[in-house]
Amino acid sequence: MKRTIIRSALAAVVALPLAIGATTSRADEFTKQDAERWQAQFMQVVQKGRELWTDPKLGKNGVVCAQCHPNAANSHPETYPKFQKQIGKVVTLPEMINWCIRNPLEGVPLEVDSPEMTALVAYATYERRGVKLEPGKH
Amino acid sequence: MSNNYSRRSFLRTAGSVAAVSALPVTMIELAFAKPAENFTFAYISDAHIQHIRGTKFVNNWDRGLIRAVAETNLMMPRPDFVMFGGDLAQLGTRAELDHGAEMLARLNGKLYCVMGEHDYYDDLGEYWSKLFGPQHYSFDHKGVHFVVLNSILTFDDWTHNRWPTPQQRMLEMAGLDNPNGSPFMVGDKQREWLRKDLEKVEKDTPVVVFSHSPLQKIYKGWNFWTDDAEQVQALLAPFDKVNVIYGHVHQIQYNQIGNISFNSVMATAWPWPYPQSYAQAEQFMPKLTIPMNRADPFFERDATGWQMVDVNTGRVGLAYNLYNNKSRTVAFDPKVGHPVDKELQSVALEPNRTHY
Repeated sequence: MKRTIIRSALAAVVALPLAIGATTSRADEFTKQDAERWQAQFMQVVQKGRELWTDPKLGKNGVVCAQCHPNAANSHPETYPKFQKQIGKVVTLPEMINWCIRNPLEGVPLEVDSPEMTALVAYATYERRGVKLEPGKH
Repeated sequence: MSNNYSRRSFLRTAGSVAAVSALPVTMIELAFAKPAENFTFAYISDAHIQHIRGTKFVNNWDRGLIRAVAETNLMMPRPDFVMFGGDLAQLGTRAELDHGAEMLARLNGKLYCVMGEHDYYDDLGEYWSKLFGPQHYSFDHKGVHFVVLNSILTFDDWTHNRWPTPQQRMLEMAGLDNPNGSPFMVGDKQREWLRKDLEKVEKDTPVVVFSHSPLQKIYKGWNFWTDDAEQVQALLAPFDKVNVIYGHVHQIQYNQIGNISFNSVMATAWPWPYPQSYAQAEQFMPKLTIPMNRADPFFERDATGWQMVDVNTGRVGLAYNLYNNKSRTVAFDPKVGHPVDKELQSVALEPNRTHY
């Protein structure tokens, strides 16, 4: 009895993707609705990033990213990763954002894979959209 | 000649005092036919003193203003007076204005102040005026007519009807890139005052106008802009020699419109990117302006500094002495009729001029 249930469940699990694959799309296909949904997800994170970019509580002294970087200008995300001589190694944009949070904002660095850091990177990069990538550039 | 001598002697003096590489104020010298009439004044701007809580203020911005004041007091020859170009405070509170005024009080000599939007939009300039006096005025000094304007006013509806609290209004205007902000303007009443003020001034008298925002239109999104700039320019047009010196932009800019030369001064607090570094917007940076290189955040005082300005025969020339950058001189060139960078203007574009 128990075995039968397991077998049925297994059959269902195996059958389900096949059924979806047969009736909708393969992995390399997506609909306009999918693209819009994903774009909306992205823009929500960009919006969250803009809020953090102007949030006096991101650091500890009330200074916000936008004070020195209006519209994230001069954060030049298209140049990362790059060598920062003062840090002494090649760093990514999140590491540079954490430098800013520690220093001008006198705050506590974020986890680099935190939703907050993702949002800050998304906002800064979005404001720089259309500019060609130049990793390593000074 | 005596002007050159003055500048050299000043630089020598500055070099010998505390071995400073640069001073974060604007040193302005006006030189005329009569050398006895030559004089200088210092220019400090955009300190953005920012209150954290209790007795705590953002140290970085404090240091910028403290240093400017201390070094101004060391200047030889003594400046005749000191200009402060606006944005003493960050959010216009009494705590910030008091803290900034306390630092400015250490200046030796006469102080003239310009209103900035960060000083204004909490209580509409009431406390600032208690500390520093009228928000627009003029004075004459050794043959030059000086005018100070409050150029950061905006639409009455935005100022009076839009925000639930004065603090909210201040926060909205304080965000440079905030789409909820509103364009700066001098306004009808003040332009009428200016018209009357200039009636009594001879047309060959050099005129120097101080405003916080540029009295020209560069980029509206960050209020590098004054909405009625053309109308103010029209009032200045009949004069032979007009110089507009403004703060707000935290960077070197210069331009020439008709007979009017425009020069910006540096901030003591932090530098701003040039509008062309924002990829998503159209802007009108004067083609004459050769921008500064991108500031390096690892130097706390990078892209802040001071200028020594001659006004030979009523035209300004600013020697920018920058803390962490090569010095620059931007001066009116009578041969071409506009300000030029003495070194960079004739040099072909170099890769390190790229700004991003």
